[in-house]
Amino acid sequence: MAHISVTVDGTSYQGEVEPRKLLVHWLREDIGRVGTVVGCDTSNCGACTVLLNGRSVKSCSVLAVQADGCEVTTIQGLADGNDWHPVQTAFKECHGLQCGYCTPGMVMAAVDLLSENPTPSESEIREGLEGNLCRCTGYHNIVKSVAYAADLMSAGPTKGAK
Amino acid sequence: MIPVEFDYVKVTSIEQALAALKSGGEDSKIISGGQSLLPVLRLRMAEPSVLVDCGGIDEMLGVRDDGDSITIGAATTHHGVMSNPLVQKHALLLAQATATVADPAIRHRGTTGGALAHADPAGDIPAAALALDTSFVIAGPGGRRTVAAKDFFLDYFTTAVGPDEILVSFSIPKCDWGSNYSKFNRTAQAWAIVGVAAVVNVQGGVIKEARIGLTNMAPTAVRASTVEAALVGAASPADITAAAMHAADGTRATSDLHAKADYREHLARVITARAVRAASGI
Repeated sequence: MAHISVTVDGTSYQGEVEPRKLLVHWLREDIGRVGTVVGCDTSNCGACTVLLNGRSVKSCSVLAVQADGCEVTTIQGLADGNDWHPVQTAFKECHGLQCGYCTPGMVMAAVDLLSENPTPSESEIREGLEGNLCRCTGYHNIVKSVAYAADLMSAGPTKGAK
Repeated sequence: MIPVEFDYVKVTSIEQALAALKSGGEDSKIISGGQSLLPVLRLRMAEPSVLVDCGGIDEMLGVRDDGDSITIGAATTHHGVMSNPLVQKHALLLAQATATVADPAIRHRGTTGGALAHADPAGDIPAAALALDTSFVIAGPGGRRTVAAKDFFLDYFTTAVGPDEILVSFSIPKCDWGSNYSKFNRTAQAWAIVGVAAVVNVQGGVIKEARIGLTNMAPTAVRASTVEAALVGAASPADITAAAMHAADGTRATSDLHAKADYREHLARVITARAVRAASGI
């Protein structure tokens, strides 16, 4: 077993983990962050995307021990109390989801994209979400949601709140 | 799936890494970003006894200017490489190839040195490394040695890096030629069916010299040397198309789920012409 210390959504967690434990399993099973889901388990679908030290990663493709000393943000850490993150608001307003299974990963990938490129074109949004699959094939509204989120975020920090 | 049990050692120096590899024996594996290794572990296609994590070795991180060349730490992420100003200025082809690897989340974790050492014939980086005349610094029990690109890629998933060795860094002579990496794949984040890495020295509208690397046309990335020779003096799109007709010469493309060998050969000719035209502006 290895001892790890990881800050998740602003809270510090300590624990003993088997080195083979994947970050997504540690988030879900050990600390109850079940907002992050396991999709394909083959590094393709991106449903398990979280931010690791501020950048998007697929948490099925990171060992929990590799996150030792790092800061993780999950979908559950985006909202500020009852105020949603603008990307969450945009997905609701634009109906950027159908079954919703890919949504936690889509939102986290979108947050990462907008942190690097606050005003992406449609093709840049599509490329930025290349690692996230929606098996409902609801991409059109997802792309619209990210574009709307960019508008909300450029309009100011409070406008995107619910 | 869940990988088999293994021990995990996080090291902070090359010396520690070599010692950990030695004590772990032949079943020890190096991990850094893990974007190639973890999928393999999850499928239990590999069952290492020890993982040696080299992702925190300072010497293996970042890009430095060495005067005539730039040197890139092997554990620098794809994202770190493609967004680095030195790479963009002096080895643009590498940035272009790296930007096509997988997807943004994979590029945040996966390392360019790891992709080179993994040497997947469908991977994008080896062809760019060949075209850029990259050299590789490998550390082992007997010290360090430098290996030229032409001697680095030995076979399918096999490089000059031995089981008790580590790729520390790789160096690229500064190159201000026009460049382009083009690949053909059918779906998002898919591997290249064929890819072409091109750097072209154009003077007065005429190609003086070109170096072309091919992805997925043999068990390793290969140089398209017949095309390179035929491109010298090319000054028109027709010249480039004619030279690119040699792109499959001497290759050993395979047939698989994605394409038959003769289709890959066709793609190599078409995409070589496109890449050279984009790189040269002709």
